Amino acid sequence: MDVLLGIGTRKGMWFARSRDGRASWELTGPHYPVDGVKALTIDTRGPSPRVLAGVVNEHFGTTVVTSTDLGQTWHEPEQAPIAFPEDADAALQGIWQLAQGPVDQPDVVYAGVEPHGLFRSDDGGKSFELVRGLWEHPHRKQWMPGGGGACLHTVIPHPTDANRVTVGISAGGVYRTADGGQTWEPGNTGIQAVFLPEDQRYPEFGQCVHKLAINPSRPDRYFLQNHHGVYRSEDDARSWQSIAGGLPDDFGFPMVVHPHRPEVIYNFPLVSSEFRFPPAGRCRVYRSEDAGDTWTALSTGLPEDGYWAAVMRDAMCTDDADPAGVYFGSRTGEVWCTPDEGEHWQLVAQHLPDVLCVRAAVV
Amino acid sequence: MAVTVRLPSVLRTAADGHAELKVPAATLGQLLDELGRRHPALERRLRDERGALRRYVNFYVDGEECRGLAGAETPLTDGAEVDVIPSIAGG
Repeated sequence: MDVLLGIGTRKGMWFARSRDGRASWELTGPHYPVDGVKALTIDTRGPSPRVLAGVVNEHFGTTVVTSTDLGQTWHEPEQAPIAFPEDADAALQGIWQLAQGPVDQPDVVYAGVEPHGLFRSDDGGKSFELVRGLWEHPHRKQWMPGGGGACLHTVIPHPTDANRVTVGISAGGVYRTADGGQTWEPGNTGIQAVFLPEDQRYPEFGQCVHKLAINPSRPDRYFLQNHHGVYRSEDDARSWQSIAGGLPDDFGFPMVVHPHRPEVIYNFPLVSSEFRFPPAGRCRVYRSEDAGDTWTALSTGLPEDGYWAAVMRDAMCTDDADPAGVYFGSRTGEVWCTPDEGEHWQLVAQHLPDVLCVRAAVV
Repeated sequence: MAVTVRLPSVLRTAADGHAELKVPAATLGQLLDELGRRHPALERRLRDERGALRRYVNFYVDGEECRGLAGAETPLTDGAEVDVIPSIAGG
């Protein structure tokens, strides 16, 4: 089994490839060495895998690049892949998410961008169009930037209904469409906004959601890591219940669902918004096997103590093998893998720039 | 009427490998419009989709940075030389 792991950092992309079932890894890079890469996807819906990446250059702006040879060479469309239309009076500042559409629509790709926008491509990522229904939503002008920027950072197309998409926005909250993007409604009931005055902490929208996730076989159930708060929704991302009880803190960024077992989720808690360090300086991934009711700390193979690096919202992922590999990368440039769903961890790469995203697939 | 645009090495791949381009233009904005027609992947590295010059890209028109002149409206005379020089950004 060959697995490809894409690693996006603040300065360039690396690729780790395992040809022996994740026992060893061959690392290549950097690609786009001075560019920040917050968004990566390894698209396996077509006849051969394609890698798409959003790269941002401090001097020359942001674009989407594509590789059809597993990250060895790259292509950028002649025309700007993502650009705000003239009447939007906005300029693209960053690409936070590249998300594959439904399996039976291999040319559909979504991009979540900064400032708060959603784009859709129907040609595999060569060109994207602004989803106007969300851009023109009356709430948009009240969305605030999160600490990382005014970003739409999570896009979850419904796995079987092409008209339905759910997005996560910092700091706008969760929004859902059921009509192909024409109309959107917030889905934030029960999510606390700790940064608001005490009597206003459950607003209709404006929450600082950090990450949303689902398993495609249970698309009515969502999981969410908030800016303080870890939640589960059983009603299609309308209302939410806390599942933070068994975690050492309710702050963090990533939220990952197992690709085959919808009860199994992974999280990397940090202590509070003020500190944003692993609790007590201990590097621990937390796994729940009952959809968040109880949690187990996983540490075999991870550093012992004195680990103070955070893990960003897209810097944890799984591959699609069975058993699944789980991966995470830190702001100190280490990337870890577990080949047995969390029991044992091994180092894939170290001494990279700070890791912003990881994505893995069997290729 | 033509002006000469000199590109830093990092931008040459977006201009079919050219280090210099001869472009007819009476203002810096017109020059960028023409670059957009010839080499769209180059032009979008120099200004955003609203037409704003990118903050960390400097345009020296005959040795003077255009922001001290008239920005994109800076007039270009026949034979003018425009240097594109990335500013300091990032870490």
